[in-house]
Amino acid sequence: MSGFDFLTTRFETALGWGRKFSLFHYPFVTACCGMEYMSAACAHFDLDRFGAGWTRFSPRQSDLLLVVGTVSHKLAPVLKTVYEQMMEPKWVIAFGACAVSGGIYQNYAAVQGIDRVIPVDVYIPGCPPRPEMVLDGLLKLQEKIQKQEQDWRWRKKP
Amino acid sequence: MDARIQKEARPDTMLINMGPSHPAMHGTFRIMLELEGEKILNSEIEIGYLHRGFEKTCENKTYFNLLPYTDRLNYVSPQINNLGYVMTMEKLLGVRVPERATAIRVLMSELSRVSDHLTCLAAMAMENGAFTVFLYMMKAREFLWDVIEATSGSRMTTAYIRIGGVRADLNDEWRESVKTALVETRRVLKDVHGLLDKNQIFLNRTRGIGTISKEDALSYGWTGPCLRSTGILYDVRKAHPYAIYDRLAFDVPLGEHGDNFDRYVVRMSEMEQSLRIIEQVAALIPDTAPAVKADGIEPAEAVRQGRLRKPGQRIRLSPNLEGSEKDRYQDILTRDAPVCVPPKEDTYTTMEGLISHFLFFMKGYGIRPPKGDVYFSVEGGNGELGYYIVSDGTDRPYRLHLRAPCFHLVSAIEQLIRGRFVADVIPTFGSMNMIGGELDR
Amino acid sequence: MEKETLIGEIRKRFAAEIESDAESLGDQVLIVRREGLRAVMAGLQAAPFDYAVLLDLTCVDFLASENRFEMVYHIFSLSRNRRLRIKVSLPDDNPVVDSIAGLWKNANWLEREVFDMFGVAFMGHPDLRRILMYEGFEGHPLRKSYPWRKEQPRIPLKD
Repeated sequence: MSGFDFLTTRFETALGWGRKFSLFHYPFVTACCGMEYMSAACAHFDLDRFGAGWTRFSPRQSDLLLVVGTVSHKLAPVLKTVYEQMMEPKWVIAFGACAVSGGIYQNYAAVQGIDRVIPVDVYIPGCPPRPEMVLDGLLKLQEKIQKQEQDWRWRKKP
Repeated sequence: MDARIQKEARPDTMLINMGPSHPAMHGTFRIMLELEGEKILNSEIEIGYLHRGFEKTCENKTYFNLLPYTDRLNYVSPQINNLGYVMTMEKLLGVRVPERATAIRVLMSELSRVSDHLTCLAAMAMENGAFTVFLYMMKAREFLWDVIEATSGSRMTTAYIRIGGVRADLNDEWRESVKTALVETRRVLKDVHGLLDKNQIFLNRTRGIGTISKEDALSYGWTGPCLRSTGILYDVRKAHPYAIYDRLAFDVPLGEHGDNFDRYVVRMSEMEQSLRIIEQVAALIPDTAPAVKADGIEPAEAVRQGRLRKPGQRIRLSPNLEGSEKDRYQDILTRDAPVCVPPKEDTYTTMEGLISHFLFFMKGYGIRPPKGDVYFSVEGGNGELGYYIVSDGTDRPYRLHLRAPCFHLVSAIEQLIRGRFVADVIPTFGSMNMIGGELDR
Repeated sequence: MEKETLIGEIRKRFAAEIESDAESLGDQVLIVRREGLRAVMAGLQAAPFDYAVLLDLTCVDFLASENRFEMVYHIFSLSRNRRLRIKVSLPDDNPVVDSIAGLWKNANWLEREVFDMFGVAFMGHPDLRRILMYEGFEGHPLRKSYPWRKEQPRIPLKD
């Protein structure tokens, strides 16, 4: 049904466009990367010009979880709870070397990367990453969101 | 697990949890409140959500290798942590640092201190609703970080201050960038004074709230701006002067009541004093020959052309960090003892340089201080930042302990918020400048 | 008082409790017996010595030696602008010492941290439990016998 496919791809493009330019993020800030997050969000390197400026201080109202900084084992259940409180569609960015892989802390206290706890979409390495890298990571996430396909199995007849 | 407050609470009161995932800025901190309406009857604080095993890690790393871990303690003023660790080691090793390196250390320290106070007050103001103040102060912080980045290569966690000196000399345009930073920061401070000093909303939320008496502040081991807000004069830079602080003229602002507003005022005044110190240090540091020399071309233009890397061009920049060339080495790093990396020109071209480079980094060799223990403290953004190092003669510390100033500040919060409203927790907590990396280590 | 006479006065006053004194790189150190710690601390906090501030309280684990744990206290006199380090040795089989939480308020949290990290118990502490590590964590991380990289996850982790 080529007509149907044409409509769905147009719809998906529009949906992707809408979603990627209106990201509400929840900054799960723990450590030093929080300082670079603050720099990236403020006037000098602006996150708002990419549509991701509005910080929602509640996971229930946001669709992007920015895990910024080291997650310790004590904090891991909290991270999981926060992730589960978010509604679909949701994305996760691992911001900083500690969130990506544990960073320089390979010991009894730090989780070696948050992808051991929750699924991650974009990894931004750096200790801490420069704000330009944060913006690059955000752009990559926006590309990913644009390309996401919906599940049309419920509509298509076999 | 039942927290203590759950066991102690009356059955007719409400238990509310704040954190550990706070609205950004303060990181990971959990306060459990027992409320009757809006009034706080009791509270319990739970910390440790950012415990990253710093002290245990340091026992397994060499003295040189653990320097980046110190950056990440009080991460809003990383150079001060570096300085504390490095000066503790220099006390243990008994090495003297060149004069120019000492002056550069003080410059970096004060830039960090201003950046620390800017971040603290910006976050505190934002949480009270003054978002503009946050944006203005972050803008000022960018100019300070530009200076730090041009010198050390990194905006924040730099590992720039090394045992024996600093990593590299200041770059060629440092005077202009420092001047710009001072002008912009002063402009921002003037704006913030105008926005907050007589602002009725800010005064209502901070004046008379979070008050602590002098005796309690001393009993809690408070130091730094929070102690000085109660009126007690104790500043490590004046009481036990280190680096070149005894030669610099600066005042130590004191508060009166020990409430949140006094902590705000003390921090604002301390920033002005730090800017004064920066000006004096900048006047003390003499100019040196430019690092990049090219015939007939200005150094800044030569650096620009060298970075463009056009084919066939005649300007080649050194691959080292600008200011770390061999002819600068005796100004920035000590020659007293082999506690620092030899210059790269020696490492790559001479046998002795190569051997000393290897011996510095090899396991079992490197910096091996004499057996003993030492305690040294510097004035951090929050107060007395002390390092206690126990050495057993090998290349790794036997024990490294950080005296974290905000650990003591935060332990008093339960007392400060008792009997107050929920909304008073925010400015009280914000004025403490809790930094998770330092608190939990 | 001069530094030497100050230490002399302290030793005279607490002759039974103090084992020895030393000077390490410009810092004054007192080695105190475990039983006499509380008396010495209370006496130093009061007049005429006036060590009003407890700067720090920590522990060192000397695994190889007979007295395994060594408590290290740093106290500070604001009026004299002088610091003092006090060390107390504790044996491995009974690492217990008096709590000074009644004398200085920050000792409460500092002692909780030492208990959490080293397992040293403090008699008379109002609320001795873990502060940095979580409930369910077994062992005391800063002991030399605890492996550096041994993780104890709270929730099941994916690989």
